[in-house]
Amino acid sequence: MSTLLKDKLIFERSREGRRGFRPPEMDVPTKKLTELVDGKFLRQKRTNLPQVSEVDVIRHYTWLSQKNYCVDLGFYPLGSCTMKYNPKINEVTAGLPGFAALHPMQSQETAQGILELMYDLTEKLCEVTGMSWGTLQPFAGAHGEFTGMKFFTSYFKKRGEKQRTKVLVPDSAHGTNPASAHIAGFEVVEIKSNAKGMVSVEDLKHHLDENLAGIMLTNPNTLGIFEEDISEVAKLVHEAGGLLYYDGANLNAVMGKSRPGDMGFDVVHLNLHKTFSTPHGGGGPGSGAVMVNKKLEPFLPTPTVRKEGDRYYLDHDIPDSMGRISGFYGNTAVLAKAYTYILTMGSDGLQRASELAVLNANYLKEKLKGRYYLPYDQVCKHEFVFSAEKMKEEHGVTATDVAKGLLEFGIHAPTIYFPLIVHESMMIEPTETESKESLDNFIEVMNQIADLAEKDPDKLHAMPLSTPIRRVDQVQAAKNPVLRWQP
Amino acid sequence: MFAYLPHTEDEIKQMLDDIGASSVDELFADIPEAIRFKGTLDLPKGQSELEVFKRLNELAQKNKQAVSFMGAGSYDHLIPSTVGALMGRTEFYTSYTPYQPEISQGVLQAIFEFQTLMCELTSLDVSNASLYDGSTAASEACALAINSTRKTDTVLYSATIHPYTKQVMETYFADLDVKLVELPSKDGVLDLFSVKENLDSSVAALLVQSPNVYGYLEDYTGVADLLHENKSLFIISSNPMSLGALKSQGEWGADIAIGDTQPFGLPSYYGGPSVGYIAAREKLLRKMPGRIVGQTVDEDGKRAFVLTLQAREQHIKRERATSNICSNQALAALASTVYLSTVGREGLKELSEQNMQKAHYFFDRLMDETGAEEYAEQPFFNEFCIKVPMDARKLVKEMEKDGIFAGVPMIDLDPSQSENLLLVAVTEKRTVAEMDRYIESMKGVLK
Repeated sequence: MSTLLKDKLIFERSREGRRGFRPPEMDVPTKKLTELVDGKFLRQKRTNLPQVSEVDVIRHYTWLSQKNYCVDLGFYPLGSCTMKYNPKINEVTAGLPGFAALHPMQSQETAQGILELMYDLTEKLCEVTGMSWGTLQPFAGAHGEFTGMKFFTSYFKKRGEKQRTKVLVPDSAHGTNPASAHIAGFEVVEIKSNAKGMVSVEDLKHHLDENLAGIMLTNPNTLGIFEEDISEVAKLVHEAGGLLYYDGANLNAVMGKSRPGDMGFDVVHLNLHKTFSTPHGGGGPGSGAVMVNKKLEPFLPTPTVRKEGDRYYLDHDIPDSMGRISGFYGNTAVLAKAYTYILTMGSDGLQRASELAVLNANYLKEKLKGRYYLPYDQVCKHEFVFSAEKMKEEHGVTATDVAKGLLEFGIHAPTIYFPLIVHESMMIEPTETESKESLDNFIEVMNQIADLAEKDPDKLHAMPLSTPIRRVDQVQAAKNPVLRWQP
Repeated sequence: MFAYLPHTEDEIKQMLDDIGASSVDELFADIPEAIRFKGTLDLPKGQSELEVFKRLNELAQKNKQAVSFMGAGSYDHLIPSTVGALMGRTEFYTSYTPYQPEISQGVLQAIFEFQTLMCELTSLDVSNASLYDGSTAASEACALAINSTRKTDTVLYSATIHPYTKQVMETYFADLDVKLVELPSKDGVLDLFSVKENLDSSVAALLVQSPNVYGYLEDYTGVADLLHENKSLFIISSNPMSLGALKSQGEWGADIAIGDTQPFGLPSYYGGPSVGYIAAREKLLRKMPGRIVGQTVDEDGKRAFVLTLQAREQHIKRERATSNICSNQALAALASTVYLSTVGREGLKELSEQNMQKAHYFFDRLMDETGAEEYAEQPFFNEFCIKVPMDARKLVKEMEKDGIFAGVPMIDLDPSQSENLLLVAVTEKRTVAEMDRYIESMKGVLK
């Protein structure tokens, strides 16, 4: 089958001799390269980079963009990902040349604006989370988790408690939690959820020994349920000499409603690309800022931004620091966007955002729970989890089928098959930026899909039909990996 | 009024009725009283676009710009207009990680193209979808090496890699049973004799960087063989802009190539976002960290792209994972992909050569016309280290007044370095007129 121009790779559009770029005129006398460096340092093999015109480049990637769903096209109820609207002002302010052109090593006197932004943003994030200082350097949520775990190790090292090697992670946790604890050198112990979908205090009590380093929790958890025993959990863990880590993936539920610091957490990571509206960019760059309480401040990564009089500076002198975690200072452009968002929303707007995120989630849950099985039926926070297990048993329709059906109707799928404690799970997070008619449209579509599941499941199995491609062969992709174009 | 919150009061009421709740507050009744936040957060109230823009613009203007001769891992290169135009497509920047391939072919295909470009540049077999930055890529590469070689616990690295990369690696491995051993430098490059002396069966890999922290090119003739005879892996970090003209990692016999694609279409932006790249020999694929996109077909037999080999990843392996990487730097990687497509095969070669030509021209003039001396007599690409007859930090401060960022004092990168050393980068953007100004200014300060 011949490939249409629109479906080609950039390499397949290459034509010998075609150019898309004119380099600047050389204004210095040139020498042969071999007069500059010994021939053994020169590249031997020519690259197969494409040879295309500027028009080709623009059309190619514009066509690609049209094969991509995004928040600006419609509803994106991907649970735990907080796909809220990405305000356009964020892009405008973060794009100011006064920020973009800054070199990370230029003198701090010439970078006072960005340092002030970083300082002010840290202060504001401390207020939202109830913590005392933090670092903006982690590049992503998982990097923030790793940084959080390094606070644990640094703290116990300082106290001479090296035997504290065990980190508790609930069975409902994000996959990155156990992975982050593991690569930071901890032994991960999974703890059970109780019948209400919350951390089982009884199970927790079995693990409170001298090897306990602490616990990683998301609150509200991945079922969208607020951990009602959180104060008890915090008390028990602290009494046992451990620390509490807050995975901020779900902070969008509780801004101005309840603060991790007040819940008893010692360290908090935030996803600025989720809660604070900086875009996700198709999978990054994000920012996994980490906030800590006074107890853990001495272990901040180097450098940290500080203020003395009117002057902002990067403090490298942190004797008990965990060390450096990023080449420079993290994804700075993302910080400018998050800062813009916080100023735009303010104290009143952030709180309202959480209230409406929770309202939207409960509305969807109540409207749809008659058609979709809701294993944990209670008030939810910003998200909730349905199960397609019964649909699968009765009609052979899986969570994947529901997801693919949604794509056919022009809506992004929920997060599926996560959390692991619910079979055939579908995790739905609408966010506060969806209007009632957007939610009603989703409800209508979900009802149609439930009808199809009952009456004509094969139709669902065949979906999507009108997307740029249809369901893909995952097995072939993994079995015979083709990971690059070959000339 | 909040522009991103669409609910009218009537709608809120209707929705609450449908839920069966009397108020929004009731939906938060499950939060125990003791930890419910009362009052309002101590932040300013929300503001209009105009006010917010003014504040950000004021901050942006507090930063100072100058003609930049700074490098040390972040460079002032040309960015073709295509990059901004395409990164500004909301279909790219407001999408998530491409979990649903049917509606994510744009990002998936762009990543597949990125992977291809990285393989082409490095002359290696496989690449992932990107890592955070060059320093975290180094840590991931070391972890990959340790996990791919039997009974090893040691990584040797050259004293000439970027000091911040060393520091990130130290943090990364501090609490794992991994030994990081620094090999000494001689005359500004890795002392090759030390490699042989330190090789034993515990060594998983040697990590080197070229152009190195002084900007110098290192000669790795014979190093790959030495390592491979010992069943150790060879990791080379390179500024990818150099690969248009200079020997690639694969050509030196490396097993893993890493670095940072900031020079390809990304502004310095105070250090980030950037993109860490990692490419490797095929045999290392199953331990490769991060997302990988593969080609397959859809139900109609049409070519399609999809996230693949996920059994390697944290969400499947959980506490058995060897990397916790979840997202990548997709949009920044897209910028580098568009950049490389735009400049193309010939453009990259020309740009790479222009960097070399201009840097050498400027180096000669500095030697001839100012009191500066070379730090060591070594080949370089677009960056080199000079000795100046005063505190380099003071020199930089003085030259700032003439609108020139003269370079990066080595002591800012590494406190153990002499205060007289200055790292100077010259990209294709620097003109002879700017170099004249630099020399004029420097002479003025030094006199």
